[in-house]
Amino acid sequence: MQVNENKEFEPLIVAFCCNWCSYAGADLSGTNRLNYPTNVKIIRVPCSCRVNPMFILRAFQRGADGVILCGCHPGDCHYTSGNYFTRRRMTLLFSMLDFLGIERDRTRVEWVSAAEGAKFAATMNEFTESVKKLGPNRRLEDLRCRKQ
Amino acid sequence: MQEAMINKAKQLLADGTVNRVIGWKRGEFAYDITPAVFESAEELDSEFVYDDFTSANVSKYLVKECKKEGRILAFLKPCDTYSFNQLIKEHRVVRENVYIVGIPGGPKLDAEKIKAKGITGILGVKNENYTLKIDTVYGEETMPFYEAILDKCASCKSKKHVVYDELIGEDGDVLDSNRFDMVEKLENMSAQERYDFWREQLSKCIRCNACRNVCPACTCEKCVFDNPNSGVENKAPADSFEENMFHIIRAFHVAGRCTDCGECSRVCPQNIPLHLLNRKFIKDINSLYGEYQAGEDTTSRAPLNDYNKDDCEASIVHERGVE
Amino acid sequence: MQRIGVFVCHCGTNIAATVDVKTVAETLGHEPGVVISQDYQYMCSESGQNLVKNAIKEHNLTGVVVCSCSPRMHENTFRKAAAAAGLNPYLVEIANIREQCSWIHKDIATATEKAVILGKAAVAKVHLNAPLTAGESPVAKRALVIGGGIAGIQTALDIAEAGFDVDIVEKNPTIGGKMAQIDKTFPTLDCAACILTPKMVEASQNEHITIHSFSEVTDVKGFVGNFTVTIKKKARYVDETKCTGCGLCTEKCPMKKVPNEFNMGLDNRSAIYIPFAQAVPKVATIDPNYCMMMKTGKCGACSKVCSVGAIDYKQQDKFIEQKYGAIVVATGFNPINLDKYDEFAYNQCPDVVTSLELERLMNAAGPNGGTLLRPSDKTHPHKIVFVQCVGSRCDDSKGKPYCSKICCMYTAKHAMLIREKYPDTEVYVFYIDVRTPGKNFDEFYRRAVEQYNVHYIKGMVGKVTPRSDGKIDVQASDLLANEQLHIDADMVVLAAAIEPDKTARPLATMLTTQMDTNDFFTEAHPKLRPVESATAGIFLSGACQGPKDIPETVAQASAAAAKAIGLLVKNSITCNPCVAHSDELMCNGCSSCEKVCPYGAITYIDKEFRMPDRTTALRRVASVNPAVCQGCGACTVACPSGAMDLNGFSNSQIMAEVDAICK
Repeated sequence: MQVNENKEFEPLIVAFCCNWCSYAGADLSGTNRLNYPTNVKIIRVPCSCRVNPMFILRAFQRGADGVILCGCHPGDCHYTSGNYFTRRRMTLLFSMLDFLGIERDRTRVEWVSAAEGAKFAATMNEFTESVKKLGPNRRLEDLRCRKQ
Repeated sequence: MQEAMINKAKQLLADGTVNRVIGWKRGEFAYDITPAVFESAEELDSEFVYDDFTSANVSKYLVKECKKEGRILAFLKPCDTYSFNQLIKEHRVVRENVYIVGIPGGPKLDAEKIKAKGITGILGVKNENYTLKIDTVYGEETMPFYEAILDKCASCKSKKHVVYDELIGEDGDVLDSNRFDMVEKLENMSAQERYDFWREQLSKCIRCNACRNVCPACTCEKCVFDNPNSGVENKAPADSFEENMFHIIRAFHVAGRCTDCGECSRVCPQNIPLHLLNRKFIKDINSLYGEYQAGEDTTSRAPLNDYNKDDCEASIVHERGVE
Repeated sequence: MQRIGVFVCHCGTNIAATVDVKTVAETLGHEPGVVISQDYQYMCSESGQNLVKNAIKEHNLTGVVVCSCSPRMHENTFRKAAAAAGLNPYLVEIANIREQCSWIHKDIATATEKAVILGKAAVAKVHLNAPLTAGESPVAKRALVIGGGIAGIQTALDIAEAGFDVDIVEKNPTIGGKMAQIDKTFPTLDCAACILTPKMVEASQNEHITIHSFSEVTDVKGFVGNFTVTIKKKARYVDETKCTGCGLCTEKCPMKKVPNEFNMGLDNRSAIYIPFAQAVPKVATIDPNYCMMMKTGKCGACSKVCSVGAIDYKQQDKFIEQKYGAIVVATGFNPINLDKYDEFAYNQCPDVVTSLELERLMNAAGPNGGTLLRPSDKTHPHKIVFVQCVGSRCDDSKGKPYCSKICCMYTAKHAMLIREKYPDTEVYVFYIDVRTPGKNFDEFYRRAVEQYNVHYIKGMVGKVTPRSDGKIDVQASDLLANEQLHIDADMVVLAAAIEPDKTARPLATMLTTQMDTNDFFTEAHPKLRPVESATAGIFLSGACQGPKDIPETVAQASAAAAKAIGLLVKNSITCNPCVAHSDELMCNGCSSCEKVCPYGAITYIDKEFRMPDRTTALRRVASVNPAVCQGCGACTVACPSGAMDLNGFSNSQIMAEVDAICK
């Protein structure tokens, strides 16, 4: 996303949402007309455990400023255990990104059920705000993909 | 030790226990010791080497070797046995096709550290009461032994063999090592300092793939970074992103499987402390999911293939450590 | 070359009011591979669908993107439309520009910009979509019912009625479950045994039903339509096929001091026993913990009197393996253990009993032959206090947070039966609320209060203290009168909360079904799919899913049977084609994927591969059973080499979406 003098920085947020809970939760926040910024673009995955760390890094490479991963609450996974694996994988991945000095507020995992439309919207508002404060992603970007 | 090993190898070849031996031979320089396969007593006598420079972990070679006809003898140091055990667990080696003789481990020498003292033309070394006598083309030089050892040996985690058919010498114990000190030091830096540290290190990467190729956990039939269909194929780090990407993903792929043998850093021609990435994962796994040593056994579940219902949330990363 | 059609829906004004649909259609029309891009008022309407169908035919489309409402709403509609026009239904992608765009944004410019990006992501993804064909897998025409209580029996009878073979696995020596222990049933007060035992006999005589009593399920493999179950037939030391159930052995057995489980330990049975007179199968079982022969090697009385030679002290556990198409769980409930409830003196005083114990005390086949006597001194109780909600609706760790549902009604029943049979007895019921929804239930309760003068007191019992004179001091509060009460009772009856059977949790793990925190099985949908578990082919019957009375249990049992029959009549079932698959050339055989698969869908085979040097090598590679895989994708991330991928959500598809969004 672009930063220019007279325009506020608008971060690009990629949200991976599991089909059964969080994507439905996102739909619900739509049904209830609960606003969240257009910065957030959702990618549907069957389960949060489908999200490969490579997808997250890829998003940063191509210009995302924040990546959020949403899944069913622990214990409620449609596939019984998927989000438990997600939790371990993402904890370790985020810790590694932090270890490499990448801003930790650029990544997040949030559990949003199909009934939590309000939580989905609130989470997206809050996450977009916190990424906005960080400014554009520079530490994990691919210069070749930077937009002019 | 070298004598005992050659004799053992000859005996096992002669009685038909094995038909090949994986050991090491000397390259162009005295400190240039690489793994090699021997098939006869004559080859062993003339070329087999085991000395203070012999640090290469041969367990990865056994992935291919164990699929060949007959049984192969492998001499494994304690750290190598962890790698081999992990490979058994992942069904990458056939245990029955390998005869393992456990040998005492290091500390092994780092030729770079000797050269850093301005000592060149190394012909051979001798450890006399922890003073290293170095025979060079220019005459004999000395330096304290412990100043010349490999970093990975300086933070050795275990002298215990976790898998073997027989041992030469005594078995040792798991050690209380200081291996996480540097990780901790980095964790206590600010994010900017950590970023600067890693940028300086990773920007040296020339993507020679030595770390991957030596890694006993990186035994994929085809690496995702070599696979044009994976979407992340790349051969050269054209950009800082790709340097990060390769090393993060590689560390992630071996997380919970890396036995911390330290070979990645040892072989890196750019001296990038790559093992710190793996150790960061190991340290996190230990503190978040309970102590786990990959390769210690062949049955336990790898931490990333396991879960606990009350595992911590990913937000723990935000809550702890230095901003 | 791809030929993609883009169809942008106005959804009336739902989308069109905030998203400039014309611009979206036009912009997406310039995306690579897009040959037609149209907008329409209602794309899901018949004419909208026709638009899509016609475009598929006319432009020979290879992919379709519909920018509309959530795929959870109409993905299937458009897939069907595509299929009708001859395009593989899995070549359709939906861009959600209503719920995730027009409904949450207000500014037309930014909303339109976002809609275009979402559309581009869908176009990028559809470029990589592959035609998928749903596979089929055969259905074994046999059902397994786990648990032989009224729920299991009813389910089995209904499935058998439809002509399918059913096996009942019951852990106890007889079927019948809790209902067999109950004296009378509410709200009709008919005798439980009189209505249950004919069903038990019917089950045993039905040619389609096989009863494995004294058996347990020890392993479940496979998937819907094709489960392989291992059943352990525990050694009962009596040959079931020979035993006639004459009962002579139980009379001759010298060891007669074994607590009788059927009578809740209120009397004793012999070491070789038949649980009760109408047991099915009516076969004796030896209790090895008490049998003299088994313990000391000296006795053999039963063996001597058995004229058919059915006694076999050397009998071993036997394991049988059977294939099933459907599994119904009917593991039922138990009253909770009241040991922790010191305040009710349950452990200190024999005259403080649970409601289920009272059932036995009042039952004609019970320890007192149907006369209600105090367990301590066998005298008639004249004052009885009932305590409701013992462990139910409880917020501490001792009890359960839920309402056990049946206690209000059975307590009214008990109170009424006692007042009817022993009019000189005073009956008090302490309650938090009286909950009596159900046909004829409230009328029943009111009869207890109005006709039988049962004293219902709103309030909790604080302390129960046995006195030296044999009376029991019940200290309670009457919340309506706002006063403290002391009642010198002869008996106290505790309505213990009910909980799922302890075998349910390990069973849920074997079946890979979900449970709630109370260990009740979770239904696939709490309202619309109440008798199915989320795991295909596993159905829920009775109290294993939540507290239930008998009519509800029977209704749910029949509903579960109907669902099971609906599966069994099919010769094969269509599988979800969005499943994982492994690229054998890249697979390392490391078993990581298998470890994270919740369904056991991944197995390993040793396969010969031609190597680059023209030799062949045997390699261990993963193979996914598409009928078992549910498509979560956990394996795809566990696989370091990227050999595992997921149909419909492949690595390259998701990365294409990421790229399109981030462009």
